[in-house]
Amino acid sequence: MVEVHLWSGLRSLTGGKQVVEVEAATTGELLRALVRVYPQLQAPIDAGVSVAIDGRIIASGLSEAIPEGAEIYLMQRLRGG
Amino acid sequence: MALDDRKSDFKFVGTRPDRPDGLDKVTGRAKFGADAYAPGMLHGAILRSPHAHARIISIDTSRAEAHKDVKAVVTRVDFSDKVEFKPGLEGEFWNVLENVMAGEKALYDGHAVAAIAATSALAARDALKLIEVEYEVLPHVTDVDKAMEPDAPVIREGAADYSVPEGMHPNVVRYHESGHGDVEAGFAEADLVIEDSFVTEATHQGYIEPHACLATLGNDGKGELWCTTQGHWIAQKTCAALLGIETSQLRVTASEIGGGFGGKTTVFIEPVALALSRKANRPVKIVMNRSEVFRATGPTASASMDVKIGMKKDGTITAAQGVFRLQGGAFPGAPGDMTAMCAFAPYNLTNVRQVGYDVMSNRPKQAAYRAPGAPMGAFAVESVLDELCNKLGLDPVDVRLKNAAHEGTKASYGPRYERIGLVETLEAAKAHPHYSAPLKPGQGRGISCGFWFNHGGETSVSLALSEDGSAQLMVGTPDIGGSRASMALMAAEVLGIPYENIRVTVADTATLGYNDVSHGSRVTYASGLATIKAARSAVEKLCERAAAKWGIPADAVKWENGHAVPSGPNAGDFDPMPLADITADMGSTGGPISGHFEATPEGAGVSFGTHIVDAEVDPETGKTSVTRYTVIQDAGKAIHPDYVEGQYQGGAAQGIGWALNEEYVYGDNGRLQNSIFLDYRIPVASDLPMIDTVIVEVPNPGHPFGVRGVGETGIVPPLAAIANAVSKAAGVRMRQLPMSPPRILAALKEDG
Repeated sequence: MVEVHLWSGLRSLTGGKQVVEVEAATTGELLRALVRVYPQLQAPIDAGVSVAIDGRIIASGLSEAIPEGAEIYLMQRLRGG
Repeated sequence: MALDDRKSDFKFVGTRPDRPDGLDKVTGRAKFGADAYAPGMLHGAILRSPHAHARIISIDTSRAEAHKDVKAVVTRVDFSDKVEFKPGLEGEFWNVLENVMAGEKALYDGHAVAAIAATSALAARDALKLIEVEYEVLPHVTDVDKAMEPDAPVIREGAADYSVPEGMHPNVVRYHESGHGDVEAGFAEADLVIEDSFVTEATHQGYIEPHACLATLGNDGKGELWCTTQGHWIAQKTCAALLGIETSQLRVTASEIGGGFGGKTTVFIEPVALALSRKANRPVKIVMNRSEVFRATGPTASASMDVKIGMKKDGTITAAQGVFRLQGGAFPGAPGDMTAMCAFAPYNLTNVRQVGYDVMSNRPKQAAYRAPGAPMGAFAVESVLDELCNKLGLDPVDVRLKNAAHEGTKASYGPRYERIGLVETLEAAKAHPHYSAPLKPGQGRGISCGFWFNHGGETSVSLALSEDGSAQLMVGTPDIGGSRASMALMAAEVLGIPYENIRVTVADTATLGYNDVSHGSRVTYASGLATIKAARSAVEKLCERAAAKWGIPADAVKWENGHAVPSGPNAGDFDPMPLADITADMGSTGGPISGHFEATPEGAGVSFGTHIVDAEVDPETGKTSVTRYTVIQDAGKAIHPDYVEGQYQGGAAQGIGWALNEEYVYGDNGRLQNSIFLDYRIPVASDLPMIDTVIVEVPNPGHPFGVRGVGETGIVPPLAAIANAVSKAAGVRMRQLPMSPPRILAALKEDG
């Protein structure tokens, strides 16, 4: 299982949880698993999220491996000027 | 992205060769957006709403259409409203369509409502007067706080997304909340807690070149578009969606660009010119005037912010909290979330909470502006930190060093940092002669840190070798900050041929795969990484050809300083073979040698900067002068240091404008009052001191040469650093930008 830290604004979509656990070995699996367990997370994921794996921000790739015990944060996708 | 062979010893990278576009630019040979012409070309002009908020009852174009010089008139009905086309007209595409041509309502002063193509620019502008629009004027709101009040006019019902808590005004369209720890417990531990509120006005990116384009679209659905843009693939995709044509049938070429700073990351006139061209069956050129640029293209968001920070007597921050309300015009998109996520990012905080609001108002659709959202938040946070240092008698650099984020720190926005360079910029600030230089009476010194994420993004690069051993490199990211030079340096480093032997071209959308916009400080990072990978793939082929010529296995050849050389004891004894000897007959040894790379690189490194500013205030006139300015920023690795320094200086210069003079001024009628450069005051050379720069290099682990983006972080600290300097010089805390002379005088008067 992977522990996923959400930003606190998402707690209303996960029954108050800010850290959730899902089964995933890649970023793509992670996002799919999140929606499976917490369907309301579909909206923020569709709006654009990035996944930070041990501090490395994966902006959009679905095939990045998630190592065992990695620290995972879901972040709003970044925009630039 | 796995990086097997990080490089730290360079021959070309880090040098300062002449810029490849220098001659073009000083002789006027460079072709900008307005420099394109076509046989039979018409000129377009756009009719704009004089009202901040009005229902469009009717548009009568018959008199304009009857004019002999007018060849086409378009309104919203001439654009696609089909959702079945994929990607469909929903979300941001719909917002862009609504922005480039109003639908049921005009949403801000300057909103496009109709357009004309005529045989001359003058005829087109004159014929606009023949279009009759009947409006029902509606109540409007342009201030972010007022737009959130219960009785504020609703700009568009149903625009809010999933994130907005129930009970908020419909103008609040996005909400962000993040952080960690327990801020209340943290405030209870503090020896001093300061809570204060801050306001910044919208500023324009202020690029010298107005938007301009030349468009051709036939009834066969095939089109050509030439335009000034930071990203021609997004222009292609958006225009195709808005016109209801296939993306691949529209070829878009980016002109030389006279500044963008984030403001040219979307489209404004391009879909209008294409729609006019399709109707008139002739090429159509549109060039905005400055007033149109101010009224109808993206300024940045304006902000209203509350920040509360607790500190112990030794300077340790115990808790930090911020609420950031940004209005981004009559559409969703103000980067309140980015403001919130960046505001406290420089600090190692146990207890932090940040909230961001995206609020709509009757102003033009905000567009990105260097590190969108971050400068405002830094202004509020770093002002409160400065006040805490003043009250506790602490050195502002020492306090920032004590609390500075470093590798392993849990960032205020969530994850732990990889290797970052904030501490190095603060140490460089402390050691810099500027920091210890004496101040004259009446002067004040301010410092501030700043943070920006930086970005990767979709990237395609292609490199082709010529028979004479020179190379052409095709990139898809418009050169807004010297990227042709830095790409050539990185390719030279891998190929081992001189910088001058490489020509870099910004290719059109028909020539390369998709490229994300030149934004997010991504180009030197992502196009640079792609260039390195493309050059390495060409080098592999060069080694294979040399091996074939020598009759040895390909893996017995390695590449050194532009030559194939035998490697290992069994490789044989051959003289090094220069690149040009391999390319000379490549047609007969296996064919053309090229390299290419396509990916979305996932290793952009965040970056930090620290700025030191001296300012003096004339108490009689309220005029502020910035007397000394030093920018210190982590570049990861400076590929072409001149351009890096230029980015640092440019960030500071634009920050000085934002802090001291620039602002959108709205009348009670919701009309923009200062839509020309005479009334909207950007800094000119005589307003600026020499801006000193220090390049700190803490390599980004996610790039083969260690590059971090440098284009945006430089505009994050100036607002706060200048406000801290001015507040000291004036003896009164300045909480509202710009700190223009009337506002300084008012603050001095209020302070007695």
